[in-house]
Amino acid sequence: MQNNTEQSENATAYKSEVRNLNFYYGEFNALKNIDMVLHDKKITALIGPSGCGKSTFLRCFNRMHDLYSGNRYEGEIILHPDDVNILAANVDPIEVRMRISMVFQKPNPFPKSIYENVAYGLRVRGIRQRAILDEKVESALRNSALWDEVKDRLHDLAFNLSGGQQQRLCIARALATDPEILLFDEPTSALDPIATASIEELITDLKSKVTILIVTHNMQQAARVSDYTAYMYLGELIEFNVTDTIFIKPKNKQTEDYITGRFG
Amino acid sequence: MKNVNDIEEIRKIISLHKRWDFIFMIAGVLALMIAVLTFMALFAHMLIDGMPRLNWEFFTSFPSRRAESAGILSAWVGTTLVMLVTAIAAVPLGIGAGVYLEEYAPKNLFTEIIEINVTNLAGVPSIIYGLLALGLFVYQLGFGQSILAAGLALALLILPVVIVATREAIRAIPVSIREGAYALGATKWQTVSDHLLPYSSAGILTGIIIGLARAIGETAPIITIGALTFIAFLPPSPIKQEFPYVSFEWLTAPFTVMPIQMFNWVSRPEEAFQLNAAAAGLVLVVMTLTMNGLAIYLRYRMRKNIKW
Repeated sequence: MQNNTEQSENATAYKSEVRNLNFYYGEFNALKNIDMVLHDKKITALIGPSGCGKSTFLRCFNRMHDLYSGNRYEGEIILHPDDVNILAANVDPIEVRMRISMVFQKPNPFPKSIYENVAYGLRVRGIRQRAILDEKVESALRNSALWDEVKDRLHDLAFNLSGGQQQRLCIARALATDPEILLFDEPTSALDPIATASIEELITDLKSKVTILIVTHNMQQAARVSDYTAYMYLGELIEFNVTDTIFIKPKNKQTEDYITGRFG
Repeated sequence: MKNVNDIEEIRKIISLHKRWDFIFMIAGVLALMIAVLTFMALFAHMLIDGMPRLNWEFFTSFPSRRAESAGILSAWVGTTLVMLVTAIAAVPLGIGAGVYLEEYAPKNLFTEIIEINVTNLAGVPSIIYGLLALGLFVYQLGFGQSILAAGLALALLILPVVIVATREAIRAIPVSIREGAYALGATKWQTVSDHLLPYSSAGILTGIIIGLARAIGETAPIITIGALTFIAFLPPSPIKQEFPYVSFEWLTAPFTVMPIQMFNWVSRPEEAFQLNAAAAGLVLVVMTLTMNGLAIYLRYRMRKNIKW
């Protein structure tokens, strides 16, 4: 696909560009004219008060809204390097989900073994050879810092793991398919502080491998893990910048009020 | 600060309120007793009457003009074969329709009307299904007064039960599990076959067994399509000595089933036949209770690994 020169220059630095995105739940305009970029191999955090649309925005990236009727996208989310608009009607949401993985708010392992949980994304892609599955499962579990804890019981039920381990298992499941972007939807909101710390450490480590977009209700978390932060309010992107700038010198009064805890 | 009189007052109010607790408890126990004791009394009566007739010959003999030598061979074989047809027809149709409605069907007025109708179908009197089967299976499709026609009639009868059970079992799976599968790039069919069906199998199986337990006791639709009340031979065996070893001749054979055999005996004037009816009723109740017990056990077994 051909593009103008300005964009192809940016393509090296940007993994994705959001252009004038609007999203509707039926008649309700949940996301309004959002323009944003995801920097390649960086962590971008979405913050804002409950109901501001940050999860709705995140779920546009893997076309999760297509599962329910009455939802409608307008605008574009361009995915580099092939510059495909993943919201286009002729792009199969399944193809998008194969390129962009997601980790949910509450750990949601399947009621299957640890091994089968991690292997599921590979099986969906038609991989049957045991050797390849074994290798990918191991490397995904190593990358999610779970391997040492589970290597002797890969065929145990995933439900027997602790909450934090389950969430790392879900991260391993999302990583096993080598996604280009990894989406996190408040991944630590159901976890205790120790498990939260280990997940945050893991997310920071993953930055070298994959572009990350994370929704968090916890501003300290955004400040700790992210390189870029976007502040959203009532479906609008109020401010988007380098995380340090957002937290130290926000340009917008609303952002400053939220960051300093004066509202939200 | 409250003084002593106030506390006395509070205690009086509490004991007054607790009296209603007690009254309701008594009423509840009585209601429960009426339901349970009535069934127990019926069952005990049947047990006392029927038990002496329950021996090996009773299960291996055809009905007879003489009550002492009459048995339920043709009835239990007929019931088993009819149930087999019912299960084979109702299970795939019911699960298929349930999965489609829950996972594939677009949410619009048309599917909503279908959904309401499916639920209502469970309440249609069973004789209506008998009439439908008489017109459609017996005459229109030419199946005759056969095991096939009876099995299909009962399959129609329990189809709504299986559909509703399938839908409810699938709906009990948390949204996060479904979304988890879709988020990994699974298609609808992969999500259904790898996740939704395996995780809902306990609920679906329970629905199937409860449906079959209902069908096994149905009399009206079977009489409507014309089951025989006196039958002294068995349908042709489904297994053959020579190639191709299986035969479907039994599908078109005339038949009788347990409740009809009972009905036939009850309507006889001789007391000895009444005892036969009690014995057959006992067998039928045990069959139903066994199926329900199996449903409970399977649900327990299959849900052991699933926690949500």
